[in-house]
Amino acid sequence: MRGATHATWAACAAAVALAATACGSGDSGSSGGGDGSGVVSASWGDPQNPLEPANTNEVQGGKVLDMIFRSLKRYNPETGAAEDMLAQKITTSDSQNYTITVKSGWKFSNGEAVTAQSFVDAWNYGASLKNNQKNAYFFGYIDGYDKTHPDDGSKQTADTLSGLKVVDANTFTVKLNQKFSTFPDTLGYPAFAPLPKAFFDDHDAWVKKPVGNGPYAIDSYTKGSQMALKKWDAYPGTDKAENGGVTLKVYTDNNTAYTDLLAGNLDLVDDVPAAQLKNVKSDLGDRYINTPAGIIQTLAFPFYDPKWNKSGVEKVRQGLSMAINRKQITETIFQKTRTPATDWTSPVLGKEGGFQDGLCGDSCDYNPSEAKKLVKEGGGLPGGQVKITYNADTGSHKEWVDAVCNSINNALDNDKACVGNPVGTFADFRNQITDKKMSGPFRAGWQMDYPLIQNFLQPLYYTNASSNDGKWSNKNFDKLVDEANAETDTAKAIQTFQQAEEVVRDNMAAIPLWYQNGSAGYAERLSEVKLNPFSVPVYNEIKVG
Amino acid sequence: MGRYVLRRLLQMIPVFIGATLLIFLMVNVMGDPIAGLCGDRQCDPATAAQLKKEFGLDKPVWQQYLTYLGHIFTGDFGTAFNGQPVTELMATAFPVTIRLTIVAILFEIVIGITLGVVTGLRRGRPVDTSVLLLTLVVISVPTFVTGLLLQLLLGVEWGWIKPSVSTEATFGELIVPGLVLASVSLAYVTRLTRTSIAENKRSDYVRTAVAKGLPRRRVITRHLLRNSLIPVVTFIGTDIGALMGGAIVTERIFNIHGVGYQLYQGILRQNTQTVVGFVTVLVLVFLVANLLVDLLYAVLDPRIRYA
Repeated sequence: MRGATHATWAACAAAVALAATACGSGDSGSSGGGDGSGVVSASWGDPQNPLEPANTNEVQGGKVLDMIFRSLKRYNPETGAAEDMLAQKITTSDSQNYTITVKSGWKFSNGEAVTAQSFVDAWNYGASLKNNQKNAYFFGYIDGYDKTHPDDGSKQTADTLSGLKVVDANTFTVKLNQKFSTFPDTLGYPAFAPLPKAFFDDHDAWVKKPVGNGPYAIDSYTKGSQMALKKWDAYPGTDKAENGGVTLKVYTDNNTAYTDLLAGNLDLVDDVPAAQLKNVKSDLGDRYINTPAGIIQTLAFPFYDPKWNKSGVEKVRQGLSMAINRKQITETIFQKTRTPATDWTSPVLGKEGGFQDGLCGDSCDYNPSEAKKLVKEGGGLPGGQVKITYNADTGSHKEWVDAVCNSINNALDNDKACVGNPVGTFADFRNQITDKKMSGPFRAGWQMDYPLIQNFLQPLYYTNASSNDGKWSNKNFDKLVDEANAETDTAKAIQTFQQAEEVVRDNMAAIPLWYQNGSAGYAERLSEVKLNPFSVPVYNEIKVG
Repeated sequence: MGRYVLRRLLQMIPVFIGATLLIFLMVNVMGDPIAGLCGDRQCDPATAAQLKKEFGLDKPVWQQYLTYLGHIFTGDFGTAFNGQPVTELMATAFPVTIRLTIVAILFEIVIGITLGVVTGLRRGRPVDTSVLLLTLVVISVPTFVTGLLLQLLLGVEWGWIKPSVSTEATFGELIVPGLVLASVSLAYVTRLTRTSIAENKRSDYVRTAVAKGLPRRRVITRHLLRNSLIPVVTFIGTDIGALMGGAIVTERIFNIHGVGYQLYQGILRQNTQTVVGFVTVLVLVFLVANLLVDLLYAVLDPRIRYA
């Protein structure tokens, strides 16, 4: 058996060689996080969908779009206000017909000019059913949408939106199918980004390496592991990149990303893991950011279940709301990365944008005795017990659901008043919601698409709206929303929306829990790091060194 | 020998079909994956229907399965939800995990067998007791604890290694993750070898070899070790499959974009094509590894023959 002996020796030699290289690479790693001058390395998650503007509906893909695209409007990273970017002007006389003028001189990073046609083509593409774009409903307000995207999935009768017309190279008109006064302010959403001809000519190649008109251009993209973006020097906008580029690295786990940040291998982590929140201040000091984002978490109710839709049950819902000790839960479980909610919007809207601190009133204050009384007056808990349904796979929802239940049980003096009801996967959770299988309150979260009060109310509470998962319906609310949308004066429109929000409050259509903050941590060599209202880092403003 | 191999290869077919069918059914039981694709809001019904059609989810499960099997034979493992062909995912994930497995297996072979031989020959001595104790500790501490601890100490505190593995995932970077992945099996290999060696040390042929006046080294390597390795080879062989599939924890901790990571993502997103595709390949790896182990027996012990 001479062979075996040799094999063993060969293996030993190989192991020694491996050990040697390990030491080598370890040394070079610790000597400095040099990624080339001025390039920021940041944590990233694998985008769930192909990277197309109208097909990206989650944060990870959204980050990239925010770097490589600029649209007609842009939301101010600090105030969230919609400001003109590529739009020279957007005019209307009736809140239904808009004329949009695109600034000249803008280009895509491949040299193509950005024209009115770039927008019209992109929007038509996004709205067309055959392209399977997950954000297609954003174009639902534009006239002709029902022809390009029939709701029942029947054959589409048009490929382009009849409401879009190119007037000249830099002008196009938009006809909406209903009055929508805040429509121009929605145009900062990535789905409305312009697309170059290259997108349509060779779609596969474009998706492999997207080309946009933003301050960064994609240098290389290895799906599932890394994207290198470099500063686009010829970018015509005023918000040029302050760094040489950004390298987005996909992490299997945000804990690992955080460890890498501590070890000096990564510059920026935009999702501090819950388990590290306790140490983050001592680890990073003021290099830890914890700022409000346009995210609110609520408990929704199944209004399709008659038990929850009788008159009088709103008292039970109010009682449950009062039984939740929001302050304690946000402090102990979330380490103050959430703020107890006092209305149904988000503080990032600001007072002028429609956020109203304390709109919820007493109903959102912890008051066990009043809670007990209200639940009793409302006829007791439907079925004798509430089950809060949530998905257990991501987002550590178990902890807070258990805490909320605990709080309710204590307030109502009943061990069995509330239990958590975990569902294995997010897809299954969504499934059960879509199939109307909820028997009690369930986790609902809303991350705004654009910083408008309309976006916090209409999609969630309007009759049969896209995200009205509880199927709540109220004529008065619908009427107020319609009125607000028809209102040309923005301030008045916001006021009317607030009235609509009061209807939500009086019926306790959903229990507001807390506003979520965005959190991030960064390395010493970075400065000017901040998060925008969507809790995405403002990459182009980051300075290195 | 040839007939034996052929028979074993034919046996793989029902195992292969059974395994894929089972996984297919299990993933399908979890419900409609399209529901999770649109985030916290409902996909609009028309787009959802269109997506279902594109991924073939609108057909009955048995039909989906048959189509899937049909495609596999042409090398088409379907498309993941992010628009990437599953074969492309495999092409990036498997080399990484194979490298990780090789490192782990090397550790098992080199350290495991060496320690096993040393302790087996010195049974009851302090070396034996301390190694036994050490293996007990390694077996009882979960992999993620060892992994996180090593990552924290070597990566953050002392700065000897990078806490995470880069996209290239070179052999050098995989040493520590490989050691973590191998740790538990390594302890088992040590214990298996030790027992086997201790047992065979008293056998007639070893006594004969010693009586013949053969040098000690020759007695150990050619007579004692060769016969003692049979159970160890069995274990290591089956471990190859287990390591590749079980790397999820280690891959997550060290940010390795291998099979475990893709499987985890596939399950989270309920992506039937990814999960079934990867598991299918893992089943094949398992079967082939087992076949190789069986064939190795004949090499180690000529008395074992395959007709």
